[in-house]
Amino acid sequence: MQVKTTILTLPEEELVHPGNRACSGCTLGIAYRIGLKALGKNTILVVPPSCLTVLQGLYPIAATKLPSLNVTFASTAAAATGVLAALKTLGKEGINVVGWAGDGGTSDIGLQSLSGACERGDNFLFICYDNEGYMNTGVQRSGTTPQGALTANTPIKGKLQPRKDVAAILAAHNIEYVASTSAAYPLDLYDKIKKALTFKGVKYIHIQIPCPPGWGFEPRCAIKVGKLAVETGLSELYEIEKGQLRHTGASRKLMEKRKLLPVSEYFRSQRRFALLSKQDIEEIQENITRRWEGYFDLFDDIESSE
Amino acid sequence: MQMIESGNVAAAIGVKLSKAKVIAAYPITPQTPLTEKLSEFIESGEMEAEYVPVESEHSALAICIAATSAGARSFTATSANGLLYMHEQIQWAAGARLPLVMCVVNRGVGAPWTVWNDHQDSISQRDTGWIQIHANDHQQIIDTVIKSFALAEEMMIPVMVCYDGYLLSHTYMPFDVPESSLVDAFLPPFNPPYSLDPSRPANLNTVTLPDVRPDVRGDMALAYMEIRYLLHKDMLDAIPALSKIDERYQSVFGRGGNPLIEPYLCEDADYIAVSLGSLSYHLRDVVDDLRNEGIKAGVLSVHLYRPFPAQAVAEALCGCKGVVVFEKALSYGYQGTLSSDIKSALYNSTRDRRERPFVLNYILGLGGREIATRDLYDALRFSCTADDPCNEETRWIGLKL
Repeated sequence: MQVKTTILTLPEEELVHPGNRACSGCTLGIAYRIGLKALGKNTILVVPPSCLTVLQGLYPIAATKLPSLNVTFASTAAAATGVLAALKTLGKEGINVVGWAGDGGTSDIGLQSLSGACERGDNFLFICYDNEGYMNTGVQRSGTTPQGALTANTPIKGKLQPRKDVAAILAAHNIEYVASTSAAYPLDLYDKIKKALTFKGVKYIHIQIPCPPGWGFEPRCAIKVGKLAVETGLSELYEIEKGQLRHTGASRKLMEKRKLLPVSEYFRSQRRFALLSKQDIEEIQENITRRWEGYFDLFDDIESSE
Repeated sequence: MQMIESGNVAAAIGVKLSKAKVIAAYPITPQTPLTEKLSEFIESGEMEAEYVPVESEHSALAICIAATSAGARSFTATSANGLLYMHEQIQWAAGARLPLVMCVVNRGVGAPWTVWNDHQDSISQRDTGWIQIHANDHQQIIDTVIKSFALAEEMMIPVMVCYDGYLLSHTYMPFDVPESSLVDAFLPPFNPPYSLDPSRPANLNTVTLPDVRPDVRGDMALAYMEIRYLLHKDMLDAIPALSKIDERYQSVFGRGGNPLIEPYLCEDADYIAVSLGSLSYHLRDVVDDLRNEGIKAGVLSVHLYRPFPAQAVAEALCGCKGVVVFEKALSYGYQGTLSSDIKSALYNSTRDRRERPFVLNYILGLGGREIATRDLYDALRFSCTADDPCNEETRWIGLKL
C-alpha cells in the first residue's frame, strides 16, 4: 500500500510564488500550491480561462514557477495532447503534461476535447478544480453547480437541475485512474496526483474547491465548509483505479465510523443554499443516507473478506 | 521528380518535404484526401511525425497551437465549416505569434450545405492576422506549402495556403516534386526563440492589461495594444519577406517569381480582370479571345491576399481604363471583398481621380456553380466595351432566379 504523505514529508520547495491574485480564502490557492508540489518542477501546465488564469498572474508577472500555456476555453485537453505530441517528436519525454481547468472548462465547454483525448489515450493528467460555478465571470451556474444553489443567473429560483457527475463520465471512458478529492484535504490531493502520474493515458482528478464569494461564506470558513461537504457524505474522496472504486481519507473514515454529519450543517453554512427548505434538506438527507448505507454494507463485506 | 497527382496529394507531399512534426486534422470534404495521405505517410514510416486524429477542428488547431508552443513544426488542413469552427483558435494562433501552416481547401459555407468550391470560407477569416496565400495550380500548391513554412517561421505569423476545392484538390495535374535534401537546405529545422520548457518556465498568452506595465525587474512590458500593433506591422513586413523567400526558392528550384500578384498581359492592357485562385487562370483563355478581337485585356491573379500587397496591386492596375474583379465570395450587404480591397488600394495610390480606372465587381461560382468560359467572356467583353459599365453595382453571373 502507498505510503501516506504527511505535513512533515511534503516537499518543502514552493513552485508558486508568494502573493497571487486569488480572492481571500480561495481554496484553489491551496490545491494549486500543494498540487504543484506533487507534480514537481518537470511539468508543463495547460490552463484555459478560469480563476486560475487570474491567480497565475497578469502579464508580465507570473505567480507560477512552472511553464504554463494559456489556451482557449474549450481546448485544454486538446492543447495538452499538442504539447505531448511536440515533446514526443522532439525526444523530450518524461515531462508531466497537466491540464488544469475549472468546472466550466471541464464539464461544459471543455468536455468534448477531454472525451476525445481519453478515447485516444493521450498520456496526460487532467485536473478539474470544481468551485461549482462560473466564479471568474461572477458566479453563474455551471454543469456542476448543485441543485438549489442561487447563482447570478439562477437568482430567484436557484438552479433547478442536479449537478453533472463529471468523474463518472470520465470513468465511463475506461481510463486507468479517476479520483475525487477536496481542497480541504490537501494531502489526499497530493497523494492522488502522485499516484495518477504512475498511470498511462488520461488521468482525471476532480477537486472540490470551496469558494467564499461564490458560495457565500466567510473566507476563514473555507476549510470547514470543504470538510463539511465530505463529512456529511455529500462529496466523496475516492479513486477508481483500473475500474476498482475505493474511498480514501475522510470518506473512508466515515465508513469505518458508519456515521455522517447531518447535511443541514453543510447547507446552512452557505448563503447560496438559502432557498432550500427544511423539506428539501430532509429529502436530500434521505438520499444521502440511502447511498451511504449501501457503501457501509459494501465496506463491511470488503473488510470481512480481507 | 515529375508526378501526376491530385492537388491534395501535392499539398501532402509539400508537408512531408517540409518535415512537419505534428499533424492534427479532422475530416471534412474536400480536404480529406490531403490528411489521409499524411496519415498514410506517417503510419508507413515514410514521414516521422505525430498524427493526431482529433474529435473536432477546434481541437485540431488547439493541438497545432500547443505543439508549436512546445517547439514542433505543425500542420493542419480544413475546409468550409471546419475552418469556421476553428475561428477562435485561428485568432489565438495569430495573437500568440505561432508559425503554423494550414491548407484551406476552399469550399462554400453552410447554410444551406454545399460541398463545392467557392472562397467564402477563407475570405471570412481575412481579418484574423493570418497570412493568406492562394495557389492556382498543383505546382504552386506544393511550392507554396514549403515557402509558407519559411515565411511563417521568419515572421512568426501563421499562414493559410488556400486552393480551390475539387477544381484543384481532386483534379490530377503534373507537377515537379522538389528534391528532399534541397528542401532541407531551404527550410532548416524549426528553432523558435522560446518553447515550453520546465527549465525555462514562462506563462504564455496570459492576461494583459489595457496599458503597459513594468515586470519584476522594472522593465516596461508591452500591453495588448502594442502586441497587436506589432502583429499588424509584421504582417506588412511579410510582403517583402515573401518576395525574398520566393527569390531564394527560385534560385534553388527554378520556379516562382510572382509571389504577390501574377500579371498576364497586363503591361499594355486597357482592361484588367482580377481574381483569386484557379479562376484567374481560367480567365486567361477569355483574355486571349478578347486580344484576338483587338481588345487589350489582361488578368491579374492575386496570390497574397493578406497582407494585401496594395502597392503592387495599384501599380499593376493604375493607368488602365477598367478593372473587373471576379469573385467567389462577398461581404454580404456590400460587395466582393477583393473588389473593396482593390478600390481602397487605388484610391490611396491615385490622387487624380481621372487616373483611376473604374472598378466593376462580378460575383460568380458560389457553392460550386459552374463557371462557363462563355459567361466569363460575355461579362468581361461587356465591361470592356459598354459606354457606362456602371462601377457601383455588384453583378452576379449565372443567376437563375
